[in-house]
Amino acid sequence: MMRYILPFVIFMVLAVFLYIGLGLDPHEVPSPLINKPAPAFALPQLHDPSRQFSPQDMKGQVWLLNFWASWCVACKTEHPVFMALARQNIVPVYGVDYKDKREHGQAWLRDGGDPYVMSVSDMDGRIGIDYGVYGVPETYVIDKEGVIRYKQIGVVTQQNLREKILPLVAELQAK
Amino acid sequence: MKNLLLLLFCLLPVFSYAGEAKDLAEDPVLEKRMIGLAENLRCLVCQNESLASSRSELAEDLRREVREQMTKGMTDREIIDYLVSRYGDFVLLDPPVKSYTLLLWYGPFALLLAGLAGLVFQLRKRNNKVSEARLSAEDEQRAAAMLNPPNGHGE
Repeated sequence: MMRYILPFVIFMVLAVFLYIGLGLDPHEVPSPLINKPAPAFALPQLHDPSRQFSPQDMKGQVWLLNFWASWCVACKTEHPVFMALARQNIVPVYGVDYKDKREHGQAWLRDGGDPYVMSVSDMDGRIGIDYGVYGVPETYVIDKEGVIRYKQIGVVTQQNLREKILPLVAELQAK
Repeated sequence: MKNLLLLLFCLLPVFSYAGEAKDLAEDPVLEKRMIGLAENLRCLVCQNESLASSRSELAEDLRREVREQMTKGMTDREIIDYLVSRYGDFVLLDPPVKSYTLLLWYGPFALLLAGLAGLVFQLRKRNNKVSEARLSAEDEQRAAAMLNPPNGHGE
């Protein structure tokens, strides 16, 4: 009896592991920056390059930092979600126009609407590297102490927002 | 005057090309060191390619970053630590031995040991089952008759 059961058990264990493996997305690389201070930067604002924005300016507030670009196709999908969020006035969203031409970024916001409190431009992608960005869009939830609490890799959907991001934001704001 | 302009115009591509190629040729020693380092790092966009061989834009940016950090005098270890602090252990093509990679590193050896143990166990069990059997005199005669047929038919 044992000689039949043992191979079967081994097969089932393997099958379970392989099945779990099917559901994993290797493109979602967990960020080591979670629960670490958001890397500092000072970038020129997209609309007024003579002025700068830095994450330190946001101390005491919970906020979202969204990396986007006018050349990014997936950002078009995400855009209406942020537009709706901006109207609700729950949490301020700041944008980083990643590896983009200033005019293109400005035109993109002019044509599609601007959900961001402010956008800065990271023309050579240096700040992106500092944040571990490897593809736009990516969105970070940053708490009142300036610590990264969550990273959304890829498009923020209504579902992500409802199930993950907004509950987390509410929890962090209550602190 | 017109000819001179024409000549300058012809030279235009030469100048623009020089601008693009500068990056690589600037310091061959540094470039070699950068490539050596990048060969052990993973490109996050095309995940099974190394940072040295990937043509993705992010890989280009990261190579530039590595190059710059080397110019600043950072050691290979410091640069790798910087990238790991941004992108995680996933950027290392050679995963470090940590508590959660123990299975990865030592799992195969554990399997091998388990297999050997199983084999030894099975062989011992079989050894006990096989009893030394003695042939009876009658069987011995039959066997001898089969091995040496009287008419030599089998040869």
